[in-house]
Parts: sequence; C-alpha cells; structure tokens
Amino acid sequence: MHNKSVAELSKELESGKISSLELTQQFLDRLKREDGKYNSFITISDEQALAEAESADEMRAAGKATVWTGVPFAHKDIFCTNGVRTSCGSKMLENFVPPYDATVTEKFKAAGAVCLGKTNMDEFAMGSSNESSFFGAVTNPWGLSNGEKRVPGGSSGGSAAAVAARLVPAATGTDTGGSIRQPAALCGITGLKPTYGRVSRYGMIAFASSLDQGGPMARSAEDAALMMNVMAGFDPKDSTCIDRDVPDYTATLNEPLKGLKIGLPKEYFSEQLSPAMEEQVRNAVREYEKLGATVKEVSLPNAKLAIAAYYVIAPAEASANLSRFDGVRYGYRCADPKDLMDMYTRTRAEGFGNEVKRRILVGSYALSAGYFDAYYLKAQKVRRLIQQDFINAFKEVDVLMSPVTPSPAFIQGEKTTDPVSMYLEDVFTIAINLAGIPAMSVPAGFVDGLPVGLQIIGDYFSEARLLNAAHQFQQVTDWHQREPQ
Amino acid sequence: MSISREDIEKVAVLARIKVDDEQVSALEKDLGNILDLVDQLSAADTDSVEPMAHPLDAVQRLRPDVVTEINQREAFQAIAPATEDGLYLVPKVIE
Repeated sequence: MHNKSVAELSKELESGKISSLELTQQFLDRLKREDGKYNSFITISDEQALAEAESADEMRAAGKATVWTGVPFAHKDIFCTNGVRTSCGSKMLENFVPPYDATVTEKFKAAGAVCLGKTNMDEFAMGSSNESSFFGAVTNPWGLSNGEKRVPGGSSGGSAAAVAARLVPAATGTDTGGSIRQPAALCGITGLKPTYGRVSRYGMIAFASSLDQGGPMARSAEDAALMMNVMAGFDPKDSTCIDRDVPDYTATLNEPLKGLKIGLPKEYFSEQLSPAMEEQVRNAVREYEKLGATVKEVSLPNAKLAIAAYYVIAPAEASANLSRFDGVRYGYRCADPKDLMDMYTRTRAEGFGNEVKRRILVGSYALSAGYFDAYYLKAQKVRRLIQQDFINAFKEVDVLMSPVTPSPAFIQGEKTTDPVSMYLEDVFTIAINLAGIPAMSVPAGFVDGLPVGLQIIGDYFSEARLLNAAHQFQQVTDWHQREPQ
Repeated sequence: MSISREDIEKVAVLARIKVDDEQVSALEKDLGNILDLVDQLSAADTDSVEPMAHPLDAVQRLRPDVVTEINQREAFQAIAPATEDGLYLVPKVIE
C-alpha cells in the first residue's frame, strides 16, 4: 500500500478493499519502523491519526466521502494543529501545543484526510538543508545505499524525505525562497509553490509574510493537484489572501501541450549550473518539444539581484514576525530571569538557533534608524524590477523552464559553516517568491544517482497550467516513479 | 560592507537577543558576509521605481466592526510559561 499514490489509495478505500483504520495502522507501523534512517518526522501523532481514520470510515459509511477521506498524509511542522505539538523545528516551540488549527489543517480535516504527524524542517523555515532543525538533521533517502548522508534540502526537508521514502504519499510544505521546490528537487518528488495569496497563511507560523506560501509535495503532479483542490482558496482570516475562484486542478491535467510556448531564461543556464545538471534539464525540455511545445530563449536581467533583495526583505520581515517570541504567552522561557530585559534577551538567545538569530539581527539592522531606506526600501524597489522581468517574459511565452538547483543533494555538513554558500543554493528559486508567481519542481533525471528537478514557472494563478504541463511530462517519463534503494 | 562590534551589540539590544563577547566575533564575520551579498543592490537603478509590498498590490481588507472571537482565556493560558489568577506572570517591572 505504501507505494500507491493518493489517487490510488482513494480508490482502494472507495472499493472497500481496505478501511481507513487498517490503512492508517499500516502506514503508522511502517513510519515508526523506517523513520530512524531519515528523521523526517518531529512528531508522530498516532492517537489523533487513528481517531481521524475512524471518523473517515464513518464519513464514508454515511456517504459523505471525498477523494481524501481516509487517505494518510503529513503536515510540515509549521502548520498549527489543534492538540498536536507544532514546533516549527525550534526549541522555542518545543512544547507548543496550539489551541487552534491552521486554515490548511482545517481544510484537510474537513476533507476527511488522516494526518500521521508533523514533518521535520529547518528552524522557522530558515535554511536550505534541514540542518538547522532543533530536532536534528534529516537524511535524504537518495545516496543512503552508498553509505552517504546527504541533505534532503530545506526548509521542507522532512516532507520531501518522507514522501521520497514512501512513508507518506503526500505532505504539505511552505516556500519562502525555494523551501518546497528545492527539497522536492533534491529528493526526486513533485512540489508546487502556488501564487502568493492562493493558499491561506492563517495558522502557518510566519517567517517572511510577503513571501511565505503553503503548497503541496507529492510523488506526482496528479496528487499535487488533488492537494491543491483542498488547500487553495480565499480565507477571510488571512488579510493577504486573494478572493478568486478556485478551479478543479485535476480537470485540466490531460489537456494536450501542443503549441505551449516555453521560455528558457538565459540567466538560469549560467556558469553556476553544473554541465551534468544542464544536460538533464535540456533533455527534459526536449521531451516537451516532442509533446508539441515550442522553445525560445528569454531574459530576466534583474534576476541576479534576487538573492540580495531576498536577504534584506526576508530577514527584515522575520525580525518583526519573530518578535512575538518573548517568553510571556507561549513557548520557551529562560530559567530564573532577574528582570524583564533579562527574560527577553536570554529567552531568545537560548530558544533560537544560530541561523534564526543571524537573520533576526540582519533584519533588525536593515530596519533600524538610518538604514531603512538604504536596505528595505531599496530591496522593495528591486523586487518590483524583478517582478517586471517576469511580467515581460510572460508576454512572449506561457511558461518558463529552468533547473531548480545548481547541483544535486550535497553531503551533510558541507555548507553549514558558511551561511552565504547555503543562501546561493536558492539562486534559481528565490526570484519567483519575490515576484509572487507560482512554480513547480518536477523530477527530470539523475546526476551521479541523485535526482534532478526541472523548474516550471508560470504567470499569476496559472497553477492549473503548471500541473497540466508537469502531468503530461509524467505520462511520457518515469523519473517521478523511481524509488531510492 | 563591514559591520562593527558596536553595531552588533546595538542591534542585539534592539532585537532583544543576548549575545556573548565570543559570539560577537563570529557574528562580525557572518553578518559582514551577508551585508556584502546585500550590497549588490546599490548597483541597481531604482530612481523611478515604486517599492513593492504585495505581489498583486493588494491592500488590507476591512471587516465589519463586530465581535467575532469568543473568550478562550483558559485554553490560551494553559500553554503559557507562568500564569496566576488569569494573568500572565512576568518579572517585576515597577519597583
């Protein structure tokens, strides 16, 4: 059963061949047996999962089942789950049990899905390797057979590793600068970062509010579409959510791609990209040509400024968002504070890890008196230039294609001593968040036995088109079906 | 661009994060490298460009001014580090 897709599991449940309770128990048993190798989960919530499975079986008996009723999955540990610890990968929230559900959590519950637990992640979603988690690094299932411990990418590294290792058929993720797409690429799974405002951020612990967006991580575009059908939609509780109709993302998966106009941004085929990676990406683009697409080169002249703009905007917003962790209302508090200032400063020094502290300090610096215009305002202006590049490109083509990462999954510890080298991991993904447009990572080959991701970038609210393009590719290739040994 | 020890100490106070002397040296290097990266921005010509806050230039919605939340004080305080009689406890602020 663990090898079946969401769509297939749904059919098994519908046919009555297996109950949700049986299915959930099987998945829980396997998860507990296998996850020692990967550390992809922070919390396994068996009790709640079995209760949800029982309700799912009742829902089905009452004739109220949806596609998701009784299907197991997992949430990144950034989505608040009422009664189940939500740590965000931090000591600060090591014992935080939310008294409410995120909107995304609520939607999966309403659909009858069964959440097996909460997946590991970089602390407060800050990282590209899942090594900044307070709960330990996650190991990529790929490369393990050679005795290598490689990173799964981050920050949604636990979700990516769990899906790749077939511990769950699908998991939620969040993407602020590449945190769905980069781990999806490094673990050989399918991930989608939706348009900013498409999925509610309510109850999704905030990192950089103008960039954060939740999205699906699964083994195929079809399953990602099924997740989007649950996740997308307006939410009055998220003031930046967009009130706009949600299509059925599965309805257009089988549209032919004949005439699809693909643009290849020349800045994303630069010297940073290894020749072996480039070959895989170009091979994937050739598959699209066989499917009837046309290809031309386009330019995103300001893309080179994306990392610089991001490392002002994201830390600045993080420093404001993370000011809520003060040791008063919830979360960690230092022992024996001697006064209020001592309580704040030690609570935050002890509760946050090094990468989170670095970003809070950079952000506080960029927002401090005398620096605001030079940093934050300047970065917001550059952000518009980057957005304009994409708007111009989409006047000429329907989608853009590029690599997701410059190289495949690296060995744990390789980049932890130099924060800037870690930041460059997101060189091809970060501009998309600044522009607020959607993009996917789709398995597109291997280099040295490690997965390579193809990035498909679309105009605002073109998720259905991206999923369609990915699904058609997955009908003629089998990269997404390869399994780590 | 470099950042001085004094700047780091000042910003640590603003951010309410206690930083030890030996950490300041490591931060001087790391934050200096990050600010070097960020300095590429100064080369961009942004003279007539409007800053962008929301990708779709959406503005904050207003909702009717009615009560929508119910009182959940007990649930909220159950997860607090220290409470007493429905109040959050903090170190003494006023002598």
